[in-house]
Amino acid sequence: MTDTHRPTDAERLRALTRKLLTDHPPATTDRTDFLRARFDAGLAWVHYPVGLGGLAAPRALQAVVDTELAAAGAPDNDPRRIGIGLGMAAPTLLAYGSDEVKRRFLRPLWVGEEVWCQLFSEPGAGSDLAALGTRAVRARGGTSRSSEAESGGGWVVDGQKVWTSSAHVARWAILIARTDPDVPKHRGITYFVCDMTDPGVEVRPLRQITGEAEFNEVFLTGVRIPDAHRLGEVGDGWRVAQTTLMNERVSIGGARIPREGGMIGKAAATWRERPELRTHDLHRRLLDLWVDAEVARLTGERLRQQLVAGQPGPEGSAMKLGFARLNQAISGLEVELLGEEGLLYGEWEMRRPDLVDFTGRDAGYRYLRSKGNSIEGGTTEVLLNIVAERVLGLPSEPRNDKDVAWKDLSR
Amino acid sequence: MSDLLYSETEDDLRAAVRALLADRAGHQAVLARIETDSPYVPGLWKALAGDMGAAGLLVPEKLGGQGASHREAAVVLEELGRAVTPAPYLTSAVVATETLLALAGESVPAAELLAELASGRTVAVLAVPLPASPYAEPSTAPSVTGVADAGAADLLLVSRADGLYAVPAAEATVEPQTPLDLTRPLAKVTTEAGSGTRLAGPDEAAAAIRSGLLAGAGLLASEQLGLAEWCLEETVRHTRERHQFNRPVGSFQALKHRMAQLWLDVVGARAAARAAADALATGSPDAPLTVAVAQAYCSKVAVRAAEECVQLHGGIGMTWEHPAHLALKRAKSDQLALGSAGRHQDAIAALVDLPAPTAEVIGAR
Repeated sequence: MTDTHRPTDAERLRALTRKLLTDHPPATTDRTDFLRARFDAGLAWVHYPVGLGGLAAPRALQAVVDTELAAAGAPDNDPRRIGIGLGMAAPTLLAYGSDEVKRRFLRPLWVGEEVWCQLFSEPGAGSDLAALGTRAVRARGGTSRSSEAESGGGWVVDGQKVWTSSAHVARWAILIARTDPDVPKHRGITYFVCDMTDPGVEVRPLRQITGEAEFNEVFLTGVRIPDAHRLGEVGDGWRVAQTTLMNERVSIGGARIPREGGMIGKAAATWRERPELRTHDLHRRLLDLWVDAEVARLTGERLRQQLVAGQPGPEGSAMKLGFARLNQAISGLEVELLGEEGLLYGEWEMRRPDLVDFTGRDAGYRYLRSKGNSIEGGTTEVLLNIVAERVLGLPSEPRNDKDVAWKDLSR
Repeated sequence: MSDLLYSETEDDLRAAVRALLADRAGHQAVLARIETDSPYVPGLWKALAGDMGAAGLLVPEKLGGQGASHREAAVVLEELGRAVTPAPYLTSAVVATETLLALAGESVPAAELLAELASGRTVAVLAVPLPASPYAEPSTAPSVTGVADAGAADLLLVSRADGLYAVPAAEATVEPQTPLDLTRPLAKVTTEAGSGTRLAGPDEAAAAIRSGLLAGAGLLASEQLGLAEWCLEETVRHTRERHQFNRPVGSFQALKHRMAQLWLDVVGARAAARAAADALATGSPDAPLTVAVAQAYCSKVAVRAAEECVQLHGGIGMTWEHPAHLALKRAKSDQLALGSAGRHQDAIAALVDLPAPTAEVIGAR
């Protein structure tokens, strides 16, 4: 009822965490079993509802649990590998799923037994995501009305998606598809949970500029989805997708980074260790970027302090834009700094990385991979428009697609 | 980790300073005075420095000040930067005050002068050229050019071979120069050997001056931040209202992206300036590095913001009656003040061990 209960909450969570550790000692408990027990104790994400991995506690108190568990050497659920499920699918399922859907999906999602991917982007609809053309039509489940009702009035999906990370290992996907081509593009979209084991789903590796296949193309041919796996109303998928996309951007900027913690640390280390590589031009540019990296770090720290103080600011929008520019500039400088070595590349053999390590591998890899930083998760150009319109209040671009049915738009 | 947010007290202080400046020293008031003998708005210094106590923020209560810190002084400077106010705040309440503070433990005259400065009754300036950086020994020549706010000073702190002297302005020759930034007047200051009161010996003086210039450079970042914020806000306001080609010009993507980019730079400048103010306030060993980072970053952002402000205002940005030129002239002058970005970068190179290349003989015969 009042704030005076908050310390009690923290104490209660600490006690529950210790009980979990006593009942399931991490040293002798199977990793998956431990994670399941943690979920069932409501200590997975404490702000989630009781029975769904949480205790309806304040979100900030998650740190109490995490700190106790880390100190005890408890296994974590590898949030990077299952990041799409945790960061994007879960909040959407929570907001729009039926009770049955939430119970079915959230536990294996959180434990990491089921990996999720996101079927949003299409070859023809990247930044203009609402222009997507993948179709979902009501399934003809039989000849009579009654059998259609029995099948739950399912859906059949046809189309193609792209830039899908984890699709080759995913069990489930969040999917947006067009269900009504006769209305303007934002209004005819519906949001589904798609079974990646359906025979109509074909996943092909998409080889990138780095030589790796970090992403996939996903071809959907007659994929059947039960209506129970629809999230939100028919035609309301764009609004549902906003929940997903907002959560995508929130996940950036939470952690505290030490000085030289990012890519600049690599370049600075090379500079210190290899005096023979130094030139005056590179020195000046390295210092410029060192200052930019330090200011980006301070900006992130300021954002973190604002969030802790309960005053979220628009600074989060700056972080992704800033890091993209910075990573590209630093990795480019690094290749030049390395000179002859910079002309070599680790290996071009196609690999399928489970995790993307942005600072790992060699300078050439970092240079090439960082080119994606200004494209993935919203291009720099689109994000600058968002900053201009939503933060600065500048007038929006004139639009010629607003009241036009999707089928009448030029493509 | 430093506290990079603004406290409620700091927000209140900002509101009070902003209200005072809007009331007494708006851009039109500044424009009306910049070509007169003295650009300072009469009565403003007394209200700001004395009545509001802003001059004594850095001075402990036992020495007659407010016992606040660099964090609060930084907020005052943000507002003075926003309004491009002609006031000897950076020079007297920060650089001269911080120099005297470094001596106050040992020197009775320095401690007494601090109370005078803190009350706002006396304006003192350190007789060094505006571009003097914390990284070089100050000149001990009898004449110094480019001394900011010397014309407003009652007292000049003069570096001589045998130490630091406080020389009453009446005993010195102060010849105004024509500055690029009319809101921060410059003058040539000449003093007679032996005039004034000796405050400290040469070693102590050098350390105190470095300390004064370092605090000045760190807090100048806040002035640059305030200036950049004003330039961005004013440009956004103008481009929303100004129509060309039957559209507000602010709806053109080419312009929107430039303003959004500037906003990103300002967000960074705010973090950098706050970090410097906090490091100075807490006496952090990290202060020299944090100040150098803030100065290397914020001086560029302020100039870029002012240049964008002029450009995106179109023709009106080139006129004398629009205040954009006040911001541009201040920003460009601030870029050189208290150590250029390049000098601060050199300091960073030394502090974080990123040394310059050693000399290499190219084309040797």
